[in-house]
Amino acid sequence: MTPRKKRRLMMLLAGLVFLGGAAALVLTAFQDNIVFFHSPTDLKTKQVGAKQRLRIGGLVEDGSVKKDESGKTIHFKVTDLTNSVDVSFTGILPDLFREGQGVVAEGHFANGLFTATDVLAKHDENYMPPEVAEALKKSGQWKDGSGKAGKEPNK
Amino acid sequence: MFGLQNPTKFLKFAKLVGPWLAGSTILLIGSGLWFGLFNSPADYQQGETVRIMYIHVPSAWMGMFAYSVMAIASAIALVWKHPVADHLARGSAPLGAAFTLICLVSGALWGKPMWGTWWVWDARLTSMLILFFLYLGYMALAGAFDDPERGAKASAILAVVGWINVPIIKFSVDWWNTLHQPASVTKTAMPSIDPAMLLPLLLMGVGFTTFYATLLLWRVRAEILATRIRNIRLAQIHAEGA
Repeated sequence: MTPRKKRRLMMLLAGLVFLGGAAALVLTAFQDNIVFFHSPTDLKTKQVGAKQRLRIGGLVEDGSVKKDESGKTIHFKVTDLTNSVDVSFTGILPDLFREGQGVVAEGHFANGLFTATDVLAKHDENYMPPEVAEALKKSGQWKDGSGKAGKEPNK
Repeated sequence: MFGLQNPTKFLKFAKLVGPWLAGSTILLIGSGLWFGLFNSPADYQQGETVRIMYIHVPSAWMGMFAYSVMAIASAIALVWKHPVADHLARGSAPLGAAFTLICLVSGALWGKPMWGTWWVWDARLTSMLILFFLYLGYMALAGAFDDPERGAKASAILAVVGWINVPIIKFSVDWWNTLHQPASVTKTAMPSIDPAMLLPLLLMGVGFTTFYATLLLWRVRAEILATRIRNIRLAQIHAEGA
C-alpha cells in the first residue's frame, strides 16, 4: 500500500470510530425519547405530569378485561408481571387484543387511572401454525404471558 | 480483489456469472412464492396475513445489505480509487432504495390489521425510514455535480457515514422498547419460527439476494460502458479542437 492510500485508509477508520462514538452518545442521551413505551415498573420511578401524554406497554392481565354498562368503554390492566396499571379505553380495539396479549396504550393518567386514546396490539417474534400452538398449550410448553395451558383466550 | 477492479475483467466476469444468477433467481423466488403463498400454514394469531412476511422480511434484509455493499464499495473507492468500486456503489443505491420502499409499504399493510395502525414512530420503523432517505440523499448528491468524479467523492462520504444507521436498524428492537417485534430468524437459540414458515422465508431471502446481485451486475456493466462512451466522445472533441 502506498503512503497516500494508507493515510486515506487511516483517516477513514478514524472518522468511523469518532462517528460511532458520537452516535452512541447521542442515542444514549435520547434513550428516554427513543423508547416507544414505558413498562408499569418504569412508571414507579418516573415522574409523570397530570396531562402528560405517554405510552405504556405490557401484557393484558388475565381476567382483568371488563366492559362498562354502555359497552363502549373497556377497562383492563396492563402488567409486566411485576407491576400493573389500570387502563380505560373507549373505541375500537385491534383484532389481536385479548388477555395475555402484548399491547401498547397511548394516553395520560387521571387519578391513577390511565385513560387511553389509542390501543395497539404488539406482536411477538413467534410464528407457528395453529396446530403447533395448540400442541404446545396441551403439553404445557407454552411460555408467554397467556401462560397456563388450556386457558380460554376471552371470557 | 481477483482483478475485478479492472473494468474489462469485470465485464467478462459479469457475462459469465450473470445468467447463472438470473436463473437461480427465477428458481428461488418461484419456489419461495409457491411455498409461501400456497404451501405453508397460516399463523395461529395472524392467520393468512403472515404471508406478507415472505416479502417484507427479505426486502428489509436486502435494504440493509444493499446499503452495506454501497458503503463498503464507497470506502474502497475513497481509499483505493478503483473505478469499479464507484460503479458498484452507484448501482447499488436505487436497488436498495426500492427494497427499502417495498419493506416500508408491506410493513404498513401488515401493521394496519395486526397492530391497528399503518405507522408508528418507534425506533425500528423510524430508522428504516431514515435508511430510505439516506438512499435518496445519496442518489441526489451523486447526480448533483457536473463532474461525475466530484459527485462520486461527495456521495461516497455520505454512504460511509450513513452506514452507522445499519447496526442501529438491526439492534433497535433489542436496545429500545419498540412496537416492532424482535428478530425471529437470527436468534442465538432456535429460530422462533416454525420450519414450515422458515423454508419459504429463506428461499425468498436467498432469491432476493441473487435478484439484487443480477441487477447490480447489469447496472455496473451499463455504467462501465457509459463511462467508455463518454471518454471516447471527449477524445473526439479534443481531436476536433486540435
